[in-house]
Amino acid sequence: MKFDKDGNGFTFGFATVMVVVVATVLSVASISLQPFQQKNKTAEKMQNILKTIGVEVSRDEATKIFGDYVKERIILDYSANASTPKTGAIDPLDKEDAFNINMKKQYKSKKWEKRAYPVYICEKDGKQYRVIPMVGKGLWGPIWGFVALEADNNTIFGASFDHKTETPGLGAEINTADFQDQFPGKKLFDATGKFISIKVMKGGAPEGFEHGVDAITGGTITSNGVTDMLKKTLKVYQPYLEK
Amino acid sequence: MSEQVTVKEAVEVKVEKKEALFSKKNKRLLADPMDDSNPITVQVLGVCSALAITVQVEQAIVMSLSVIAVLAIGNVLVSLLRHAIPARIRIIVQLVIVATLVILVDQILQAFAYDVSKKLSVFVGLIITNCIIMGRLEAFAMANKPWQALLDGLGNGAAYGMILVVVAVFREFFGSGKLFGVQLVPDAFYEAGYMNNNMMILPPMALIVVGLIIWFQRGRNTKLIEDH
Repeated sequence: MKFDKDGNGFTFGFATVMVVVVATVLSVASISLQPFQQKNKTAEKMQNILKTIGVEVSRDEATKIFGDYVKERIILDYSANASTPKTGAIDPLDKEDAFNINMKKQYKSKKWEKRAYPVYICEKDGKQYRVIPMVGKGLWGPIWGFVALEADNNTIFGASFDHKTETPGLGAEINTADFQDQFPGKKLFDATGKFISIKVMKGGAPEGFEHGVDAITGGTITSNGVTDMLKKTLKVYQPYLEK
Repeated sequence: MSEQVTVKEAVEVKVEKKEALFSKKNKRLLADPMDDSNPITVQVLGVCSALAITVQVEQAIVMSLSVIAVLAIGNVLVSLLRHAIPARIRIIVQLVIVATLVILVDQILQAFAYDVSKKLSVFVGLIITNCIIMGRLEAFAMANKPWQALLDGLGNGAAYGMILVVVAVFREFFGSGKLFGVQLVPDAFYEAGYMNNNMMILPPMALIVVGLIIWFQRGRNTKLIEDH
Protein backbone atom coordinates (compact mmCIF):
# COMPACT_ATOMS: atom_id res chain seq x y z
CA MET A 1 0.00 0.00 0.00
CA LYS A 2 1.30 3.40 -0.89
CA PHE A 3 1.91 5.68 2.08
CA ASP A 4 -0.78 8.34 2.08
CA LYS A 5 0.22 11.51 3.91
CA ASP A 6 -3.27 12.93 3.62
CA GLY A 7 -5.12 9.75 4.65
CA ASN A 8 -7.28 9.72 7.75
CA GLY A 9 -4.99 7.33 9.60
CA PHE A 10 -1.90 9.46 9.22
CA THR A 11 -3.78 12.66 9.93
CA PHE A 12 -5.11 11.28 13.20
CA GLY A 13 -1.74 9.79 14.06
CA PHE A 14 0.04 13.08 13.36
CA ALA A 15 -2.42 15.06 15.45
CA THR A 16 -2.15 12.61 18.36
CA VAL A 17 1.63 12.57 18.39
CA MET A 18 1.73 16.36 18.07
CA VAL A 19 -0.60 16.87 21.00
CA VAL A 20 1.37 14.50 23.23
CA VAL A 21 4.69 16.12 22.32
CA VAL A 22 3.34 19.63 22.87
CA ALA A 23 1.77 18.67 26.20
CA THR A 24 5.04 17.15 27.39
CA VAL A 25 7.10 20.16 26.36
CA LEU A 26 4.72 22.60 28.05
CA SER A 27 4.45 20.56 31.24
CA VAL A 28 8.21 20.27 31.56
CA ALA A 29 8.62 24.00 30.93
CA SER A 30 5.91 24.91 33.38
CA ILE A 31 7.27 22.73 36.17
CA SER A 32 10.88 23.73 35.69
CA LEU A 33 10.09 27.46 35.56
CA GLN A 34 7.67 27.43 38.47
CA PRO A 35 10.22 28.02 41.27
CA PHE A 36 11.43 31.18 39.52
CA GLN A 37 7.91 32.45 38.89
CA GLN A 38 6.90 31.68 42.46
CA LYS A 39 9.87 33.61 43.78
CA ASN A 40 8.83 36.64 41.74
CA LYS A 41 5.26 36.38 42.97
CA THR A 42 6.22 36.04 46.63
CA ALA A 43 8.54 39.02 46.33
CA GLU A 44 5.82 41.01 44.61
CA LYS A 45 3.36 40.20 47.38
CA MET A 46 5.83 41.48 49.96
CA GLN A 47 6.44 44.55 47.85
CA ASN A 48 2.71 45.27 47.65
CA ILE A 49 2.18 44.82 51.38
CA LEU A 50 5.07 47.18 52.12
CA LYS A 51 3.73 49.69 49.60
CA THR A 52 0.48 50.07 51.52
CA ILE A 53 2.36 51.21 54.62
CA GLY A 54 4.34 53.68 52.56
CA VAL A 55 7.54 51.68 52.06
CA GLU A 56 8.34 51.82 48.34
CA VAL A 57 11.11 49.39 47.46
CA SER A 58 12.14 47.14 44.61
CA ARG A 59 11.09 43.49 44.61
CA ASP A 60 14.52 42.20 45.64
CA GLU A 61 14.70 44.72 48.42
CA ALA A 62 11.22 43.80 49.62
CA THR A 63 12.17 40.22 50.49
CA LYS A 64 15.07 41.49 52.59
CA ILE A 65 13.28 44.10 54.66
CA PHE A 66 9.83 42.50 54.86
CA GLY A 67 10.48 41.17 58.38
CA ASP A 68 11.62 44.59 59.61
CA TYR A 69 8.16 46.04 59.09
CA VAL A 70 5.72 43.15 59.21
CA LYS A 71 5.77 41.98 62.81
CA GLU A 72 2.87 39.56 63.17
CA ARG A 73 0.85 37.47 60.78
CA ILE A 74 -2.61 36.34 61.88
CA ILE A 75 -5.39 34.33 60.25
CA LEU A 76 -9.02 35.08 61.08
CA ASP A 77 -11.93 32.77 60.39
CA TYR A 78 -15.30 33.98 59.13
CA SER A 79 -16.40 34.93 62.67
CA ALA A 80 -13.19 36.95 63.07
CA ASN A 81 -11.60 34.62 65.61
CA ALA A 82 -7.86 35.13 65.40
CA SER A 83 -5.26 32.37 65.19
CA THR A 84 -2.01 32.44 67.13
CA PRO A 85 0.15 35.14 65.56
CA LYS A 86 3.18 34.03 63.58
CA THR A 87 6.34 36.04 63.91
CA GLY A 88 9.83 35.90 62.47
CA ALA A 89 10.86 34.29 59.20
CA ILE A 90 8.26 32.83 56.87
CA ASP A 91 8.34 29.07 56.38
CA PRO A 92 6.95 28.57 52.87
CA LEU A 93 5.51 25.18 53.85
CA ASP A 94 3.67 26.34 56.98
CA LYS A 95 -0.02 26.29 56.05
CA GLU A 96 -0.94 28.10 59.27
CA ASP A 97 1.10 31.11 58.27
CA ALA A 98 -1.08 33.95 56.99
CA PHE A 99 1.49 34.83 54.33
CA ASN A 100 1.13 31.41 52.71
CA ILE A 101 -2.62 31.66 52.28
CA ASN A 102 -3.19 31.50 48.56
CA MET A 103 -5.65 34.31 48.00
CA LYS A 104 -6.35 33.15 44.47
CA LYS A 105 -7.48 29.78 45.76
CA GLN A 106 -9.66 31.63 48.23
CA TYR A 107 -11.23 33.40 45.31
CA LYS A 108 -12.11 30.08 43.75
CA SER A 109 -13.98 28.83 46.81
CA LYS A 110 -17.37 30.46 46.49
CA LYS A 111 -18.22 30.10 50.17
CA TRP A 112 -17.11 33.18 52.06
CA GLU A 113 -17.59 31.32 55.37
CA LYS A 114 -14.91 28.80 54.49
CA ARG A 115 -12.23 31.26 53.49
CA ALA A 116 -9.30 32.25 55.65
CA TYR A 117 -8.81 35.93 56.40
CA PRO A 118 -5.20 36.98 56.98
CA VAL A 119 -4.08 40.16 58.76
CA TYR A 120 -0.56 41.54 58.79
CA ILE A 121 0.37 43.67 61.75
CA CYS A 122 3.04 46.08 60.66
CA GLU A 123 5.11 48.69 62.40
CA LYS A 124 6.70 51.74 60.87
CA ASP A 125 8.25 54.69 62.72
CA GLY A 126 6.68 53.50 65.98
CA LYS A 127 3.17 53.43 64.53
CA GLN A 128 1.11 50.30 64.08
CA TYR A 129 -0.76 49.41 60.91
CA ARG A 130 -2.96 46.48 60.01
CA VAL A 131 -2.74 45.30 56.42
CA ILE A 132 -5.69 43.34 55.09
CA PRO A 133 -5.38 41.34 51.87
CA MET A 134 -8.41 40.74 49.69
CA VAL A 135 -9.53 39.10 46.47
CA GLY A 136 -12.52 39.84 44.32
CA LYS A 137 -13.94 39.61 40.87
CA GLY A 138 -13.06 41.99 38.04
CA LEU A 139 -14.48 41.90 34.55
CA TRP A 140 -12.33 39.10 33.14
CA GLY A 141 -10.78 37.46 36.16
CA PRO A 142 -9.64 37.91 39.72
CA ILE A 143 -8.57 41.24 41.17
CA TRP A 144 -6.80 41.52 44.49
CA GLY A 145 -5.32 44.08 46.78
CA PHE A 146 -4.06 45.11 50.19
CA VAL A 147 -5.45 47.84 52.41
CA ALA A 148 -3.45 49.25 55.31
CA LEU A 149 -5.39 50.70 58.24
CA GLU A 150 -4.04 53.15 60.78
CA ALA A 151 -4.00 52.37 64.50
CA ASP A 152 -7.63 53.57 64.86
CA ASN A 153 -8.62 50.61 62.65
CA ASN A 154 -10.75 52.99 60.63
CA THR A 155 -8.64 55.35 58.54
CA ILE A 156 -6.98 53.92 55.42
CA PHE A 157 -3.27 54.58 55.34
CA GLY A 158 -2.57 53.08 51.95
CA ALA A 159 -3.98 50.68 49.38
CA SER A 160 -2.63 48.68 46.51
CA PHE A 161 -4.60 46.76 43.93
CA ASP A 162 -3.73 44.47 41.10
CA HIS A 163 -5.46 42.28 38.57
CA LYS A 164 -4.86 39.33 36.36
CA THR A 165 -6.50 40.09 33.05
CA GLU A 166 -8.41 43.37 33.23
CA THR A 167 -8.57 45.44 30.04
CA PRO A 168 -5.36 47.46 29.56
CA GLY A 169 -6.06 51.18 29.78
CA LEU A 170 -9.49 50.65 31.36
CA GLY A 171 -10.00 48.24 34.25
CA ALA A 172 -6.27 47.56 34.43
CA GLU A 173 -5.82 51.11 35.72
CA ILE A 174 -6.62 49.94 39.25
CA ASN A 175 -2.96 49.09 39.68
CA THR A 176 -1.82 52.63 38.91
CA ALA A 177 -0.85 55.22 41.50
CA ASP A 178 -3.54 57.58 40.19
CA PHE A 179 -6.23 55.22 41.39
CA GLN A 180 -4.57 53.94 44.55
CA ASP A 181 -3.52 57.36 45.84
CA GLN A 182 -7.16 58.26 46.33
CA PHE A 183 -7.54 55.83 49.22
CA PRO A 184 -5.33 57.22 52.02
CA GLY A 185 -7.42 59.19 54.54
CA LYS A 186 -10.71 57.51 53.63
CA LYS A 187 -12.65 55.93 56.46
CA LEU A 188 -14.40 52.56 56.81
CA PHE A 189 -16.78 53.56 59.62
CA ASP A 190 -18.89 56.69 59.88
CA ALA A 191 -18.93 59.00 62.93
CA THR A 192 -21.46 56.79 64.73
CA GLY A 193 -19.31 53.70 64.20
CA LYS A 194 -21.46 52.20 61.47
CA PHE A 195 -19.61 50.17 58.83
CA ILE A 196 -19.81 51.89 55.44
CA SER A 197 -16.73 50.67 53.53
CA ILE A 198 -15.34 52.55 50.55
CA LYS A 199 -17.23 52.91 47.34
CA VAL A 200 -15.63 53.29 43.94
CA MET A 201 -18.08 55.78 42.47
CA LYS A 202 -18.98 56.19 38.84
CA GLY A 203 -19.13 59.88 38.03
CA GLY A 204 -16.68 60.67 40.82
CA ALA A 205 -16.86 60.89 44.58
CA PRO A 206 -18.10 64.20 46.03
CA GLU A 207 -15.43 66.51 47.40
CA GLY A 208 -14.50 65.61 50.97
CA PHE A 209 -16.58 62.42 51.00
CA GLU A 210 -14.86 59.97 53.32
CA HIS A 211 -16.30 56.74 51.98
CA GLY A 212 -15.82 57.00 48.24
CA VAL A 213 -13.22 57.37 45.51
CA ASP A 214 -13.48 58.14 41.79
CA ALA A 215 -14.12 55.19 39.52
CA ILE A 216 -12.21 54.49 36.33
CA THR A 217 -13.70 55.72 33.08
CA GLY A 218 -14.51 52.75 30.91
CA GLY A 219 -13.74 50.38 33.75
CA THR A 220 -17.12 50.30 35.45
CA ILE A 221 -17.28 46.57 36.07
CA THR A 222 -13.76 46.44 37.45
CA SER A 223 -14.56 49.48 39.61
CA ASN A 224 -17.68 47.79 40.95
CA GLY A 225 -15.56 44.71 41.55
CA VAL A 226 -13.25 46.76 43.77
CA THR A 227 -16.23 48.18 45.70
CA ASP A 228 -17.62 44.69 46.19
CA MET A 229 -14.31 43.22 47.20
CA LEU A 230 -13.70 45.98 49.78
CA LYS A 231 -17.17 45.76 51.23
CA LYS A 232 -17.47 41.99 51.44
CA THR A 233 -13.96 41.43 52.77
CA LEU A 234 -13.84 44.26 55.26
CA LYS A 235 -17.27 43.32 56.59
CA VAL A 236 -15.79 40.03 57.79
CA TYR A 237 -13.02 41.92 59.57
CA GLN A 238 -15.46 44.31 61.21
CA PRO A 239 -15.70 42.49 64.59
CA TYR A 240 -11.92 42.15 64.64
CA LEU A 241 -11.40 45.83 63.85
CA GLU A 242 -13.93 46.95 66.46
CA LYS A 243 -12.13 45.04 69.20
CA MET B 1 21.57 20.73 -28.36
CA SER B 2 18.45 20.51 -26.35
CA GLU B 3 19.97 17.77 -24.23
CA GLN B 4 22.89 20.00 -23.45
CA VAL B 5 20.58 22.67 -22.20
CA THR B 6 18.85 20.22 -19.90
CA VAL B 7 22.18 19.12 -18.47
CA LYS B 8 23.18 22.70 -17.96
CA GLU B 9 19.95 23.40 -16.16
CA ALA B 10 20.40 20.35 -13.99
CA VAL B 11 23.84 21.53 -13.03
CA GLU B 12 22.48 24.94 -12.18
CA VAL B 13 19.84 23.43 -9.95
CA LYS B 14 22.51 21.41 -8.22
CA VAL B 15 24.63 24.49 -7.74
CA GLU B 16 21.68 26.24 -6.27
CA LYS B 17 21.22 23.41 -3.78
CA LYS B 18 24.73 23.93 -2.54
CA GLU B 19 24.50 27.70 -2.49
CA ALA B 20 26.38 29.59 0.19
CA LEU B 21 24.60 30.16 3.49
CA PHE B 22 24.49 33.86 2.81
CA SER B 23 24.02 33.91 -0.93
CA LYS B 24 22.49 36.96 -2.53
CA LYS B 25 19.10 35.29 -2.53
CA ASN B 26 19.31 34.38 1.12
CA LYS B 27 20.43 37.83 2.10
CA ARG B 28 17.37 39.18 0.38
CA LEU B 29 15.23 37.02 2.66
CA LEU B 30 16.65 39.01 5.53
CA ALA B 31 16.72 42.40 3.86
CA ASP B 32 13.48 42.49 1.90
CA PRO B 33 11.15 42.61 4.90
CA MET B 34 13.02 45.66 6.16
CA ASP B 35 11.87 47.74 3.23
CA ASP B 36 10.17 46.34 0.11
CA SER B 37 7.93 43.84 1.90
CA ASN B 38 7.84 45.20 5.42
CA PRO B 39 5.15 43.35 7.33
CA ILE B 40 3.78 46.44 9.05
CA THR B 41 4.23 49.30 6.63
CA VAL B 42 3.77 47.45 3.33
CA GLN B 43 1.67 44.41 4.16
CA VAL B 44 -0.02 46.23 7.06
CA LEU B 45 -0.06 43.14 9.26
CA GLY B 46 0.44 42.99 13.02
CA VAL B 47 -0.76 46.55 13.44
CA CYS B 48 -2.84 45.69 16.52
CA SER B 49 0.16 44.95 18.69
CA ALA B 50 2.07 47.83 17.11
CA LEU B 51 -0.61 50.16 18.49
CA ALA B 52 -0.81 48.58 21.89
CA ILE B 53 2.73 48.12 23.15
CA THR B 54 4.65 51.02 21.67
CA VAL B 55 4.17 53.44 24.56
CA GLN B 56 7.60 52.59 25.96
CA VAL B 57 10.73 51.50 24.15
CA GLU B 58 11.55 48.75 26.64
CA GLN B 59 8.22 47.02 26.10
CA ALA B 60 8.56 47.37 22.35
CA ILE B 61 11.99 45.73 22.41
CA VAL B 62 10.89 42.80 24.57
CA MET B 63 7.81 42.34 22.41
CA SER B 64 9.97 42.42 19.26
CA LEU B 65 12.40 39.87 20.66
CA SER B 66 9.49 37.62 21.60
CA VAL B 67 8.00 37.87 18.12
CA ILE B 68 11.39 37.28 16.48
CA ALA B 69 11.90 34.16 18.61
CA VAL B 70 8.43 32.79 17.97
CA LEU B 71 8.56 33.54 14.26
CA ALA B 72 12.06 32.17 13.65
CA ILE B 73 11.58 28.98 15.66
CA GLY B 74 8.05 28.47 14.32
CA ASN B 75 9.25 28.92 10.75
CA VAL B 76 12.05 26.37 11.23
CA LEU B 77 9.78 23.81 12.88
CA VAL B 78 7.10 24.10 10.23
CA SER B 79 9.74 23.96 7.51
CA LEU B 80 11.25 20.78 9.01
CA LEU B 81 7.82 19.19 9.21
CA ARG B 82 6.57 20.51 5.89
CA HIS B 83 6.66 17.11 4.17
CA ALA B 84 4.94 15.38 7.07
CA ILE B 85 2.16 17.83 7.95
CA PRO B 86 -1.13 16.50 6.55
CA ALA B 87 -2.57 19.17 4.26
CA ARG B 88 -6.02 19.08 5.79
CA ILE B 89 -4.90 20.00 9.28
CA ARG B 90 -1.91 22.17 8.38
CA ILE B 91 -3.40 25.40 9.74
CA ILE B 92 -4.20 23.69 13.03
CA VAL B 93 -0.69 22.28 13.21
CA GLN B 94 0.78 25.73 12.56
CA LEU B 95 -1.48 27.22 15.19
CA VAL B 96 -0.49 24.61 17.76
CA ILE B 97 3.20 25.24 17.08
CA VAL B 98 2.78 29.01 17.40
CA ALA B 99 0.64 28.68 20.52
CA THR B 100 3.18 26.38 22.17
CA LEU B 101 6.03 28.77 21.44
CA VAL B 102 4.05 31.74 22.70
CA ILE B 103 3.21 29.99 25.96
CA LEU B 104 6.88 29.12 26.39
CA VAL B 105 7.90 32.73 25.79
CA ASP B 106 5.26 33.92 28.25
CA GLN B 107 6.40 31.46 30.93
CA ILE B 108 10.04 32.40 30.45
CA LEU B 109 9.23 36.12 30.70
CA GLN B 110 7.25 35.50 33.87
CA ALA B 111 10.21 33.70 35.37
CA PHE B 112 13.03 35.99 34.30
CA ALA B 113 11.58 39.33 33.21
CA TYR B 114 8.64 39.66 35.57
CA ASP B 115 8.16 43.43 35.36
CA VAL B 116 8.16 43.55 31.58
CA SER B 117 5.92 40.51 31.47
CA LYS B 118 3.41 42.33 33.66
CA LYS B 119 3.50 45.40 31.45
CA LEU B 120 3.02 43.37 28.29
CA SER B 121 0.21 41.48 30.07
CA VAL B 122 -2.17 40.01 27.51
CA PHE B 123 -0.18 41.11 24.50
CA VAL B 124 2.37 38.31 24.83
CA GLY B 125 -0.49 35.82 24.56
CA LEU B 126 -1.84 37.75 21.62
CA ILE B 127 1.33 37.07 19.62
CA ILE B 128 -0.59 33.95 18.61
CA THR B 129 -3.04 36.08 16.70
CA ASN B 130 -0.35 38.18 15.05
CA CYS B 131 -1.06 37.71 11.35
CA ILE B 132 2.61 38.08 10.46
CA ILE B 133 3.42 34.77 12.12
CA MET B 134 0.68 32.62 10.62
CA GLY B 135 1.26 34.41 7.33
CA ARG B 136 4.95 33.52 7.18
CA LEU B 137 4.38 29.94 8.32
CA GLU B 138 1.72 29.32 5.69
CA ALA B 139 3.23 31.33 2.86
CA PHE B 140 6.92 30.66 3.32
CA ALA B 141 7.87 27.92 5.76
CA MET B 142 5.47 25.38 4.23
CA ALA B 143 7.33 25.64 0.93
CA ASN B 144 10.97 26.29 1.84
CA LYS B 145 13.95 24.67 3.51
CA PRO B 146 14.69 25.26 7.19
CA TRP B 147 17.67 27.58 6.68
CA GLN B 148 15.73 29.85 4.35
CA ALA B 149 12.77 29.66 6.70
CA LEU B 150 14.98 30.72 9.60
CA LEU B 151 16.28 33.72 7.64
CA ASP B 152 12.77 34.64 6.57
CA GLY B 153 11.58 34.41 10.18
CA LEU B 154 14.43 36.51 11.49
CA GLY B 155 14.00 39.04 8.69
CA ASN B 156 10.28 39.50 9.15
CA GLY B 157 10.53 39.46 12.93
CA ALA B 158 13.28 42.06 12.89
CA ALA B 159 11.38 44.20 10.41
CA TYR B 160 8.33 44.12 12.68
CA GLY B 161 10.55 44.95 15.65
CA MET B 162 12.23 47.80 13.82
CA ILE B 163 8.93 49.57 13.17
CA LEU B 164 7.79 48.90 16.73
CA VAL B 165 10.92 50.42 18.21
CA VAL B 166 10.80 53.46 15.92
CA VAL B 167 7.17 54.11 16.84
CA ALA B 168 7.96 53.54 20.52
CA VAL B 169 10.86 56.01 20.44
CA PHE B 170 8.56 58.70 19.04
CA ARG B 171 5.79 57.91 21.51
CA GLU B 172 7.90 57.63 24.61
CA PHE B 173 9.96 60.72 23.82
CA PHE B 174 7.10 63.03 22.92
CA GLY B 175 4.56 61.39 25.21
CA SER B 176 6.55 61.17 28.43
CA GLY B 177 9.80 63.01 27.65
CA LYS B 178 11.73 59.82 28.33
CA LEU B 179 13.56 57.00 26.60
CA PHE B 180 13.99 53.64 28.34
CA GLY B 181 12.36 55.30 31.34
CA VAL B 182 15.15 57.90 31.60
CA GLN B 183 13.97 61.49 31.47
CA LEU B 184 15.53 63.26 28.51
CA VAL B 185 13.56 66.48 28.32
CA PRO B 186 15.22 68.76 30.91
CA ASP B 187 13.12 70.14 33.76
CA ALA B 188 13.87 73.66 32.53
CA PHE B 189 11.75 72.95 29.45
CA TYR B 190 8.77 72.01 31.57
CA GLU B 191 9.24 75.13 33.68
CA ALA B 192 9.29 77.18 30.50
CA GLY B 193 5.86 75.80 29.62
CA TYR B 194 6.72 72.69 27.58
CA MET B 195 4.21 69.92 28.02
CA ASN B 196 4.29 66.24 27.19
CA ASN B 197 1.93 65.39 24.38
CA ASN B 198 -0.57 63.15 26.14
CA MET B 199 -2.05 62.23 22.78
CA MET B 200 1.19 60.35 22.06
CA ILE B 201 0.44 57.88 24.84
CA LEU B 202 -2.94 56.98 23.40
CA PRO B 203 -3.28 54.29 20.71
CA PRO B 204 -4.51 56.59 17.89
CA MET B 205 -1.14 58.31 17.84
CA ALA B 206 0.56 54.99 17.12
CA LEU B 207 -1.63 54.68 14.06
CA ILE B 208 -0.68 58.18 12.97
CA VAL B 209 3.04 57.54 13.53
CA VAL B 210 2.82 54.29 11.56
CA GLY B 211 1.03 56.26 8.84
CA LEU B 212 3.83 58.83 8.78
CA ILE B 213 6.41 56.05 8.50
CA ILE B 214 4.50 54.56 5.57
CA TRP B 215 4.35 57.99 3.93
CA PHE B 216 8.07 58.54 4.45
CA GLN B 217 8.92 55.06 3.18
CA ARG B 218 6.85 55.44 0.01
CA GLY B 219 8.32 58.83 -0.66
CA ARG B 220 11.77 57.27 -0.61
CA ASN B 221 11.01 53.90 -2.20
CA THR B 222 8.93 54.63 -5.30
CA LYS B 223 8.63 50.89 -6.10
CA LEU B 224 5.96 50.70 -3.42
CA ILE B 225 3.62 53.19 -5.02
CA GLU B 226 0.83 51.36 -6.79
CA ASP B 227 -0.28 52.91 -10.06
CA HIS B 228 -3.98 53.11 -10.46
